Amino acid sequence: MIQVDGKIIKGRYIDSVFLMRVAKDVRAFTGVLDSAFVVGTSENIELLKSSALGFDGLEEASSNDLVLAIRHDGSNPEILKEALALLEVSKKEEHAESCKSCDSALKKLPSANLALISIAGKYAADEARKALDKNLHVMLFSDNVSLEEEIHLKNYGRDRNLLVMGPDCGTAILGGVPLAFANVVKRGSIGVVAASGTGLQEVTSIISNLGEGISEAIGTGGRDLKKEVGGITFLMGLDLLIHDPKTKVILLVSKPPHPEVLLKINEKLKETHKPVVKMFLGESKSTLVEAAAYAVALSRGDVYLSPLNESALKDEADQIFKTIKKGKYVRGLYSGGTFSFETQLVLKERGHKDVFANAPCTGVNKLANSFVLQQNSIVDLGEDEFTVGRPHPMIDFTLRNKKIEEESQLPETAFLLLDLVLGYGSNLKPLEEITPSLKVALNSSPVIISVTGTDGDPQDRQRIIHELKSLGVIVKESNAEAAILASYLLKRLE
Amino acid sequence: MINQLSVINIGLESFTLPFKELKTPHQHVEWRPSLEVSSSAKSVITQHHEKIHNANLEAISKVEKGVPVLHGMGRAIDLIPHMKKNLILHAGPPITWKRMCGPMRGAVIGALIYEGMATDESSAEELVNSGKIEFAPCHEYSAVGPMAGIISPSMPVFAVQNDAFGNMAYSTQNEGLGKVLRYGAYSTEVIDRLKWMQDVLYPILKLAIEQRSEKINLKTIILQALQMGDEVHNRNRAATSLFYRAIAPDIVTVAPDKESALSVLNFINSNDHFFLNLSMAACKAILDPARDIPYSSLVVVMARNGTDFGIQLSGTKGEWFTGKAPFVDALYFQGYSSVDANPDIGDSAITETAGLGGFAMASAFAIVQFVGGTANTALAFSKEMYEITLSESPHYKIPSLNFQGTPTGIDVVSVIDKNILPVINTGVAHKKAGVGQIGAGVLRAPTEPFVKAYEKLALTF
Repeated sequence: MIQVDGKIIKGRYIDSVFLMRVAKDVRAFTGVLDSAFVVGTSENIELLKSSALGFDGLEEASSNDLVLAIRHDGSNPEILKEALALLEVSKKEEHAESCKSCDSALKKLPSANLALISIAGKYAADEARKALDKNLHVMLFSDNVSLEEEIHLKNYGRDRNLLVMGPDCGTAILGGVPLAFANVVKRGSIGVVAASGTGLQEVTSIISNLGEGISEAIGTGGRDLKKEVGGITFLMGLDLLIHDPKTKVILLVSKPPHPEVLLKINEKLKETHKPVVKMFLGESKSTLVEAAAYAVALSRGDVYLSPLNESALKDEADQIFKTIKKGKYVRGLYSGGTFSFETQLVLKERGHKDVFANAPCTGVNKLANSFVLQQNSIVDLGEDEFTVGRPHPMIDFTLRNKKIEEESQLPETAFLLLDLVLGYGSNLKPLEEITPSLKVALNSSPVIISVTGTDGDPQDRQRIIHELKSLGVIVKESNAEAAILASYLLKRLE
Repeated sequence: MINQLSVINIGLESFTLPFKELKTPHQHVEWRPSLEVSSSAKSVITQHHEKIHNANLEAISKVEKGVPVLHGMGRAIDLIPHMKKNLILHAGPPITWKRMCGPMRGAVIGALIYEGMATDESSAEELVNSGKIEFAPCHEYSAVGPMAGIISPSMPVFAVQNDAFGNMAYSTQNEGLGKVLRYGAYSTEVIDRLKWMQDVLYPILKLAIEQRSEKINLKTIILQALQMGDEVHNRNRAATSLFYRAIAPDIVTVAPDKESALSVLNFINSNDHFFLNLSMAACKAILDPARDIPYSSLVVVMARNGTDFGIQLSGTKGEWFTGKAPFVDALYFQGYSSVDANPDIGDSAITETAGLGGFAMASAFAIVQFVGGTANTALAFSKEMYEITLSESPHYKIPSLNFQGTPTGIDVVSVIDKNILPVINTGVAHKKAGVGQIGAGVLRAPTEPFVKAYEKLALTF
């Protein structure tokens, strides 16, 4: 008999990723249909109810409590107890040597110079402020921090000569150390300032794979280049690289800044003789891989040669075309927002109509319903509508795997286009998790995957590329190449 | 830019993986959201943090100067200022008869029978219902009592003086374990024992204590006991032994005969918690001088009456801030379980308020068997309390923490900001009057009293 059992655990707080992992493990128990493990906020309580996970007494939960809910077939009377046991692992770990506040952390680590903050947005600004008061640079991974708070923090930081990277800053590499979602790259003389996380990951990985290295890669968060924020962090990062003796070439990556901000950037650039590559996605026709290759050429003093071999990609598309069983459209399922954006730009620029996206660039149609794809659809699964109550798709593949299987089998789908982002922060076992769904998909449609990362990353990149190819996946090592390949393929399908 | 990156990670623990693998100096913070208070209170407190800080410096320095000394004994009605013939003092914040839990009612009934004001349960209840009996918290009369904490006029009390400031604190003699008044028992056996304590134990102890030229310094006993496996709330064996060593010759000296000397010595010796009432009085004596310092966020009282959990702050004078008394996460004695438990009760949380008890758990590894943990659990609890306290005691040191001073002086602002509640080691009473102790364990103070106190403190600016 289907029933929902639940428990309110008072006064405990555990980070959201751990909670979701436990919920995931519980879903794998025999007899369990669904499970959720969340903080007892009123939003989450509504979420549970609307997901048929409500239980008696649920309303008693407060945001100081955790709520575990399990919908199961009743076959195991101990199910709640077994689920709670998974928490006890955490309890033991909690009692190990740990700090509960920034203050006490500083006592233990007086050398600290950066606070990496990834707590819920509602609280993040306060913690960032406290960190700045303690003379720490701040990387604010958290999103859902208001624009006003961002402006205040960045001004506050600037007054103290401290960087505020973020909010919503997913990637940075400082002193060679990958921060949040970032790759292990060679150290060298190319410095990067980026308003895009996966954009930063792409260029730094490619630069490293081409044999050059990164001095510092500074993230700014997605809103930094808006008029209201005025590019505070972008300009500070730029200033840093201008004066950094290790940095010989500067690479800037973002969507086009607000004109007023662009003016300030150009003013700033007059202060240096160092070569600067400006990669403003959507403005120039170039792609991230080209910008990375250009920076490498500059640092070597070489003549720039495009990394994109159009004729080879066209030939490859012809070969893939022969294997297509049905349909005429591409379904692009992305975990990196910048990759879905870059792919849209490539398709738009090469004249494709009938392109839809949930986060469209100008000239691309907006999907009426992000969950119902139409024609050529380029979807960013990291957008809010997909990530409520679940981890980011770069960590948890559940939703994307489902879509891979579903979309591949639709009659209108000719092929799939995916990104796979390696590095710290991302899923540590991507091959194991994605392979079953790829196998299903490959029965119906070819799959093109661009793999982002380096051989220094914790996932085994070479093995991943090799195994994917063995499965029959078409593997590219930059998002632009994959998008261009897709474009040639679509042309054949027209 | 940054020569060597050194990271404080606040949030997702998985982000520390590259730091571990690449050997980057880092410290993870197990962050949790602060307790919810009104934004107006929050901004007032934040705005005045310097004023609060200075007030707290004054408060904690008074606490640190405390020297609790056992000066003598007397009857409650004679020694406790403003004590009355019809006044019964009880543990915890103010409470009416109607709201009292089982064990406290039982103890009140027992006290009335002991006083000769009632003969049995029904006459006692009739007397209370007539309105002739007044109730008040021990804390409002410079006293403290464990469990039900009942002090009635005829009861003998210890008189502890804080020699640094001259203020007094009073507590009764601990009856022992099992079916005793403080657990709500009121059988003939209980009353008879109380009479014996009044007629034999008290006179001898009073003389023994008072004829000493050098009075018994409770601070010295406590600081030694902490280095012998006690935390002087739930574990008092070493302190009781030290007290016994100090007082035994005096008892032998003053006792009228061998039998009475022996009975007194055996009584003390048979009760591992005899010292508890003295440690509680010592803690109260240490904390009271820090009261009434404007703007200070120091917690000066934590106390429970079995129904409510109450606290008082230095900066808000005598006001009580209460919430529901929680249940203890306990290990139960054979035959009992959580369904039998009474909510948390007693003034003994004054020990934690003074930085001892659960805060000094790292001194008392034996306690952890009640917590189902390891020695590391005890260490972790003590270490966590440093996050919410104002100082490390200059006197009471914990050997296992490399002789770090105990975390002393709970700051309500830190409790709210860091969402860390004080940990309390305690016994569990059966919810029915008179059954006795059914278990022991650890609990966290509830959030409500601290939120209320914070809000009220903000209003004092």
